[in-house]
Amino acid sequence: MISLHRLKSETRQLRVFLCLVKPEFSFSRTSSIIHKICIMEKQIKTAMDRRRFLQFTGMVGASALALTACDKDNDNTGGMPAGSIDLGSGDTGILNYAYALEQLEAAFYTQVVVTPYSGITATEQSLLADIRDHEMAHKMFFGKALGTMAIPALTVNFANINFSSRDAVLATAKAFEDLGVSAYNGAGKLIKDANYLLLAGKIVSVEARHAAWIRDLISNGSFADTTAVDANGLDMAAEPASVLAAAAPFLTSKLWAGNLPTD
Amino acid sequence: MNLSNLINTIAAQDGSFYDRTDSRRNAMRSIASVGGKLALTALPLALGSLFQKAYGQTNADITAVLNYALTLEYLEAEFYTKGDASGVVPVGTAAVKAIQTIRDHENAHVAFLTTVIKSMNATPVDKPSFDFTAGGAFADVFSNYDTFLAVAQTFEDTGVRAYKGRAGELISNNTVLTAALQIHSVEARHASHIRQMRWARGANAKPWITGNDTGGIGSAVQASYAGEENTDQASIKITDFVGTNAATEAFDEPLTADQVLAIVRPFIKS
Repeated sequence: MISLHRLKSETRQLRVFLCLVKPEFSFSRTSSIIHKICIMEKQIKTAMDRRRFLQFTGMVGASALALTACDKDNDNTGGMPAGSIDLGSGDTGILNYAYALEQLEAAFYTQVVVTPYSGITATEQSLLADIRDHEMAHKMFFGKALGTMAIPALTVNFANINFSSRDAVLATAKAFEDLGVSAYNGAGKLIKDANYLLLAGKIVSVEARHAAWIRDLISNGSFADTTAVDANGLDMAAEPASVLAAAAPFLTSKLWAGNLPTD
Repeated sequence: MNLSNLINTIAAQDGSFYDRTDSRRNAMRSIASVGGKLALTALPLALGSLFQKAYGQTNADITAVLNYALTLEYLEAEFYTKGDASGVVPVGTAAVKAIQTIRDHENAHVAFLTTVIKSMNATPVDKPSFDFTAGGAFADVFSNYDTFLAVAQTFEDTGVRAYKGRAGELISNNTVLTAALQIHSVEARHASHIRQMRWARGANAKPWITGNDTGGIGSAVQASYAGEENTDQASIKITDFVGTNAATEAFDEPLTADQVLAIVRPFIKS
């Protein structure tokens, strides 16, 4: 068994390394290092009492990400209903929040493409397949980027969507796309790392392109009408709690956002 | 570690440190308030965010980004205002209302950004004088509907990329960042609709950008699409999950201020 002394010194080195390289590193790489740190610190923790452990980590100095990543143990899950999935805290929590929404969208469009609604045109079929691919790309990206910090695959509930009806499918698509745009717009301020903010920005404008096209399919010219854009010319921005409440009827899995940042 | 000494040391090295953080008292209060909320482990992080505030983004940095955005909104607002008045959009079609909707948003963005900049005690930049023919490259922009839509598409797709490229500079100001994101996605909605309008007229332009394709407009606007062919995100190969076209479409790419200014320079007379 590795000595406590060596474990502490290796953790320290890893943390310092992480602080130094983080800006140049990919998320998947940093998250795998963080995961390693978390495991090692858990081992240290079991060998020390809590007060001395805090002194140890305080001495070392933690990077923002390392702090949030190890939070899973320390997070307040007191109010979490049994059987819920904790999205986590910090930037990891926000990325998991986005991952959840992309899982929902990817599952929806996969079904739309597999069971096309009656009267679907060739253009609609082709562009809906494009959207499915985009959502799939987003979903797989977040899953891979989050690595071991990712929430599990969610179970969706589309029992109330009539996939053979054009109106029903497009109304749901519009709801999901507008929801996605408002979710990313509202989550931007909760992200601490500018690299993740940029990634969210790269995705949200594609969701807005989807939203506009779906809206125009329902009613040409409604791409940015007053139900989407206010008098200042601003799109919607929504907090995670209201977004997750809107998504909940379409998910059998229950998500817990109690540890997401609020500022 | 004595925080008071640390701050004194920094202030001695950098006379403007307290100006940057408002005041020494606020610097200490800022540390004390986070110190109270967070565990000891988070103290280095709190210090980091204090220095980020001090040396990262000042109000001047933020209003510079907003003035940059305002310049682009001036360009778009005048373009659609003139386009609508010129009669280039076929009368009696849905296109008239669509262009007016976009025109109204761009003018609202101008008004909104002007208000925000003033509220931060900065001066909004003056509206430049524009040449929408870009020195003759789009000579018939207000008489040929297809040219008009081509320029519109270029402005919208460029606008989306421009906001994206500088959102990170607003990260320290939640209110301004959120508002910028809310404008950014409206520009993307516009881009989607303009591309559909072009698609309906036979252009090969889907609502989203495939590779670095201009949608048939050509080399005159290629700079607005440079880099959109990227298929790697945070070192992850998106082509491992979907085809190359979808991998490029799924993520809109940013443009730097220099790239954007080079793109719009031909449209600015003075």
